[in-house]
Amino acid sequence: MDAPEYSITTRGLNLWYGQFQALVDVSLDIPARRITALIGPSGCGKTTLLRCFNRINERLGYVTTRGEIHVLGRNIYAPDVSLLELRKAVGMVFQRPNPLPLSVYENVVFGLRLHHRRGELPRARLDAAVEQALREVGLWNDLKDRLDTPATRLQLEQQQKLCIARLLPLKPQVILMDEPCSALDVNGTRAIEELLFALREHYTLVVVTHNMAQARRASDECIFMLLGRVIEHRRTEDLFLNPRRPETAEYIEGRYG
Amino acid sequence: MNPPPFSLSPLGRRRQRQERLAQGVLAGMVLALVLPLLALVGYLLVKGAPLLSWSFLTTNPTQGMRAGGIWPALLGTIYLVVMALIVATPVGVLCAIYLNEYARETWLTRLIHLAVVNLAGVPSIVHALFGLGAFVLFAGLGRSILAASLTLAIMTLPVIITSTREALAAVPMAFREACWNVGASRWQTIRHVVLPNAVSGILTGVILQVSRTAGETAPIMFTGAVFYKKIAAGDLFAYSLRDQCMALSMHLYTVTTQVTNAPEALPYAIAVVLLVAVLAVNALAIALRVRLRTRKKW
Ligand SMILES: Nc1ncnc2c1ncn2[C@@H]1O[C@H](COP(=O)(O)OP(=O)(O)OP(=O)(O)O)[C@@H](O)[C@H]1O
Ligand SMILES: [Mg+2]
Repeated sequence: MDAPEYSITTRGLNLWYGQFQALVDVSLDIPARRITALIGPSGCGKTTLLRCFNRINERLGYVTTRGEIHVLGRNIYAPDVSLLELRKAVGMVFQRPNPLPLSVYENVVFGLRLHHRRGELPRARLDAAVEQALREVGLWNDLKDRLDTPATRLQLEQQQKLCIARLLPLKPQVILMDEPCSALDVNGTRAIEELLFALREHYTLVVVTHNMAQARRASDECIFMLLGRVIEHRRTEDLFLNPRRPETAEYIEGRYG
Repeated sequence: MNPPPFSLSPLGRRRQRQERLAQGVLAGMVLALVLPLLALVGYLLVKGAPLLSWSFLTTNPTQGMRAGGIWPALLGTIYLVVMALIVATPVGVLCAIYLNEYARETWLTRLIHLAVVNLAGVPSIVHALFGLGAFVLFAGLGRSILAASLTLAIMTLPVIITSTREALAAVPMAFREACWNVGASRWQTIRHVVLPNAVSGILTGVILQVSRTAGETAPIMFTGAVFYKKIAAGDLFAYSLRDQCMALSMHLYTVTTQVTNAPEALPYAIAVVLLVAVLAVNALAIALRVRLRTRKKW
């Protein structure tokens, strides 16, 4: 393996919701084109951290952030960073699949339509984008004949894949996933995990999960958080086989949360 | 001996009695509400029937408003309501969009929210005084349709803001997040996802304000409505915005309190026209809502 290349680095990241400090001195290097799992007990700040990477936390008026986050080498808190461009490059997938109340086709091309003038998007280009995105997430064969069904009528697993597919036409570099499998059954979970491995080739993936087995199976690196701090961040095998910190050991053995 | 499985226990029997009682009381309440309404409409119809005809709607009053029709009042009400909503709807909807989609949750927005809710509760006579001061005198519009409908607009604005905010808030947050995560701007999110899914709620809120504006007397009394004005019968453009006008609500008040020896059926007939117009508009709102709701895809 060559020298690691980092997609996201944070230095001394602190975040407060009003008076409550949800992230404490988080310093991380998240490698490019790897799956990084984010684990920790409920309320430790996993979602909060993930939402910092595309600055979607700021919508709430009472959030204060200190510290640095570099995404693809650029400080995303620099004044001239465009939030819209940032979010194009850093996509996010949520716990509950959230397809828009549109057809499958329109869901996939939604991002393209936002960022291009009508004239720049001939039908052929849209069709090609839809096919490519759906192929990448493994939905093409299932859905190619019913691209105009409302996305909200698909099965949950398909909806979640569609939510991933929706990001792809914009050519994101990073995909953040917040417990992407928690609304799915065993088969759905397996399907998404396989998809993660397929996507790893081109994208940096950061995945929050509550499922230890999943973190172990489906990640290259693993970050363990507790009460807003990063306790341990190592290669997944190392973290699970010989955790350095007693808290980590206790958590992965299932002693709390 | 044990009772067979699934038979009713004494406690269960009591719960069943309570259930029946609750159902009975609630159904009774609904009847108590609906019956008087039906009785009211029926009573008005019967009492007003002798005068109701097409020409009643389309001719000027005659003989000191004791005979003839109500055309100037009908047209005046239409002008006032339409003008008021033309002004209040865009302002109210845009305000609501700003408050709900752009403004962050701070003490200032909470204060504004509180102010809007309280404004909705201000008695209409207070709006009337405000309209008199602001539009008739200060802005120099004089007593006119313009001044009166602006006053009505001010009166309906807070309600439209509140109902629109509710309609916007009912659009799931997940839709917005989905948009932001493909780099949609606020406006794109609103335009492509929030508004299409909130439009039925917004429209219903606005249309329900028609009945309120049509029924008010106080705000227009000082600002543009008159007891009597003769206009070209049947001409839809008989008023100009700087004119004063008659209005149904005011006309009803006039013939019951100011005109002696008016035929007994006259106020009832006016009331029927007002009521039917309002019910028709509300029915339209419901139909629209149902239509848009079935088109909704989530
Ligand atoms: N919008 C918010 N306003 C105030 N406090 C919040 C908000 N969101 C999260 N918090 C608090 O911040 C802390 C971290 O929350 P976060 O959602 O990041 O945890 P999490 O690790 O994702 O938990 P879970 O595993 O349950 O999803 C929690 O204590 C939570 O109560
Ligand atoms: Mg979470």
